[in-house]
This record gives sequence, structure tokens and C-alpha cells, in this order.
Amino acid sequence: MWTPDQPLIRIRDVHLAFGVVTVLNGISLDVMQGAVICVIGPSGAGKSTLLRCINALVPIDRGSILVEGQEVHDPKLDKLALRRKVGMVFQQYNLFPHRTALDNIMMAPLHVLKRPRGEVKQEARALMRKVRLEGKEGAYPGELSGGQQQRVAIARSLAMQPDVMLFDEVTAALDPETVKEVLVTIRELAEEGMTCVIVTHEMGFAREIADEIYFTDRGVVVEHGPPAEFFANSRDPRTRQFLSQIL
Amino acid sequence: MIANSTDLPVLKPFRLGAQTPAPPLGRRHGALLVIALALAVGIGEAAAAPAAPSIIATILKWTPLLAQGFALNIAMSFLAMAIGTLLGVALGLGLISLLRPVRGGARFVTEFFRNAPWLVLLFYCMLLLPFEIRVGDAIVPLPGWMKSTLGLSLAVMANVAELVRGAVKSIPFGQWEAAEALAFTRMQTLRMVILPQCVKRMTPPWMNLYAILTVGTALTSVVGVSEAMTLTGDVLASENRTELLVPMYLYLLLWFFIYCYPIARATTALERRFQVR
Repeated sequence: MWTPDQPLIRIRDVHLAFGVVTVLNGISLDVMQGAVICVIGPSGAGKSTLLRCINALVPIDRGSILVEGQEVHDPKLDKLALRRKVGMVFQQYNLFPHRTALDNIMMAPLHVLKRPRGEVKQEARALMRKVRLEGKEGAYPGELSGGQQQRVAIARSLAMQPDVMLFDEVTAALDPETVKEVLVTIRELAEEGMTCVIVTHEMGFAREIADEIYFTDRGVVVEHGPPAEFFANSRDPRTRQFLSQIL
Repeated sequence: MIANSTDLPVLKPFRLGAQTPAPPLGRRHGALLVIALALAVGIGEAAAAPAAPSIIATILKWTPLLAQGFALNIAMSFLAMAIGTLLGVALGLGLISLLRPVRGGARFVTEFFRNAPWLVLLFYCMLLLPFEIRVGDAIVPLPGWMKSTLGLSLAVMANVAELVRGAVKSIPFGQWEAAEALAFTRMQTLRMVILPQCVKRMTPPWMNLYAILTVGTALTSVVGVSEAMTLTGDVLASENRTELLVPMYLYLLLWFFIYCYPIARATTALERRFQVR
């Protein structure tokens, strides 16, 4: 039985290959409840794939991923129950273009959680306020800027009241000037105590927000630690090389 | 203004497909059609025996009968499209099923009917279906036009199935992923996220298929359905005047053209509107 003093997500020695390409090569990490974890690393390190494994969008070859004590890759697992606990926000927003912003937020609570419409609508409006998009409820995704769409996507995910949020390079497709508004939203969430796993290339943001930084390369965790320590004196040459290129 | 001539090699902008759409047919083209008809009438008139009634009068005399036949063409096209679309959507969902046998079966049915000549399908339906069916105590007659409508709808079904499959495949994968991450089941994802987006994409080719089907209903004359084409033949047989041949068939063509061309125009207009998203 899982208790909050155990890691909310516990990943051990996860391996995954797509054909001959090894994507995850024995990755391990822990996420405690309320913690903010930033995963950084060069492209192709398997960061996005790792996030997709956590909510069972991608099956793993070997290893173990426990979310609240439940093995994610147990064939008998109720995937839908898992995904209700784990929210995910994507690089390309992936809003449903045929529905309004408010509808996007309401769809899952209405049809997946089968909650009453009035209640869901109220919450959806509150979420729109929370991501500072009041007045855009009736707008279609195509009428919103990238930053606005991404904030709707965050609200849509929050509407399921998840225990943990996964952010997959959520600012990578945005204009520089709209990156900030999305980061502000994520920071507010983190400050409210939401458990977050954030894959990002925004080093300044990672340093500021993370409780723990994981540097991954070629499917393994090269090193990890609290940001102050990690950025100041990283030990591994691969980390140092990566940081020197990016900072 | 930058000079647009240079000695340096220049990479011209790359264009996918023709950028200039075919211009719509205008009044000019309409006039051309009328002139063609007039010319055919004129030539026919010149060839006619001096005592024979004028060609225009003959055409007008038979117009109500032809209109009746054409109404049957339209009715068959409506019905075949409705049945074909209904079956086709179901078959199309079979094509994207996760169950291998279902997918394989649907693929076989689709390919079979998509690659069968419509005329062959019509003959089979005419020959294999009974002329009446017993539903409980009642005996429902199955007239020829009904049987050939079923034949046509089989062809429509296979084409619609392929449209559905193509439209579903054209929806970005991220849409599936996002819905899955929100704990939608596969059926919910299809019903609420994927298919509604497909409707928009499918509408222009679906209308196109309808226009083709409408023209195709003339094929049923071969299996003896009394639609416009058959009636035109009957009229010509009863008039027994060779000079009527060209004007009469041109007149019939005009009926189909006037009905189908606006559909083609609307299809292009919709395509253009959906392009800009």
C-alpha cells in the first residue's frame, strides 16, 4: 500500500528500445509528493519517452515504474485509472481544434469522470481564470496564440485533478515572449504544491523552480542533485559539456 | 525595390502543385453549351424531312417524361449515397480496428467493391437479388431500380470506407495522445475527438463522390431501369428520327450537367475554405 512518505513516482532500471534504437537504457528516478523535478539533457536522451512511459502511453521493455505504488506496466493495470492521476501537457499543446477552450477543459471531466455538467463548468471557468484566460472561454484553439493554447492545455489537464503533472517541453514550440506566461503558470502550480515532472530546455527556469535536477543522456541518468549544487559543481564531464553549450 | 535580375544562381521558390486553381466555368461556357445544343438542333433540323415537326418542339414534348426519369436518377443517387455512407462509415471503422481479423475482413470487402466495375455490381445485384422479399407475413417487392440502387451503394460504401480511413489517418497523432492522456477510451476518442474533425475533411471528397454517383446512375439504363437515359432511348425509338439522336442526348447531358456542376463548384469552394484553418 502506498503512503505519501514513499515516492509518488518510482522508476527503476527502465529499458526501452524502438527497433534497434535504444531509447531508455536503465533509467531510475524518484519523485516525492509535492516535489518539482526537472529533467534536462540533449535531444534524443529519451526525456519525452520517459514521460510517456509514466502514464503508459508507451510500454516499456523491462524495469519498473510505480505510480503511487502501482506498477504502470502490469498488464492488468487499469490504464484509465492511472491516467486520471497523471496529467500531461505536450509540446504541441494538442488541444482539440473543433471545440472551444472551455469545452476542451470540460470534455474529460464530463465524459471520463462522468461528473455533473454544472459543477464541471464552474470549475472550468475557475481554471480559465487561474491560467489568466478569462474571457477566452468561447475561443477556438486556432484563435489563440501558442502561449494561450498551452495554458488552456494546462487547465485541461488540471481539470482531471491529477496527483502529478508531466510537462513535456511545453515551451519549446512557443515564441520567446510567450514562454514566460506559460512558465509563470507552471511556477504557480508548483508553489501550490503540485507534484511536477518537467522536461525542459529552459535552464534558468529549471534552476529556479526545481527541487531536483536530473541530467539524462542516451537513456540513462548521468547525474542529479538540487539545482544550486548541480549547476555550480557538476561532476560528470558529459554534464559539464552540456551545460557549457547551453548556458 | 530590389532588382530581380542577378547573375548568381537563384533557387526559385518551390511550389507544391498548381497554385492557380482552374477558373470556374462562367457565362461564356454556359453560352458555349447552349450554342452546341443550338448547333446540334440546327444540323438535325437541316437533315430532317421537310414535313417533320421541329426538333425543339419534339424535345419539349418529351421533357415531362424525361424529367420523370431524371427524378428517378436523383432518388437513386440520394438513396445509394445514404445507404453507402452508412455502411461505408461502419466499414471504415473496421479498417482502423485494432482487431486484426476485423481489419483484414474490412480491407478485403473494401478493396473488392472499390475495384469492381460499377456495371458488374449492378448486374450481380439485378441477377442475385430476388424480385420480392418476405418480411414476416408481408411480401415486399424489390423493383429493378431498388436493386440497382443497392448495387450502386456497394460501390459508394467501399469508397466512403476509404475516405473515413484516410481522414482518420490524417488527424495528427498528438490528438490521439492528448485524448489518451486524459483517460478517454478508444471509442470515446474516436467519437468525440477524431471523427468530428474527420467530418470537415471528408465533406469535399464525399460531395465529389456524390456527383460521380449521380452521373453513374445513368448506368442503370443498361440493366433496364426506367431512368432518364433509358427513357431517352425509348423516346428516340418511338420517334424513329435519326436527326434527333444528337440533340436528344445532348439535352440529357445538360440535365446532368446542370445538376452536378454546382456540386463540383461547392466542393472546390469548401476545399478552399478548409485549407485556411
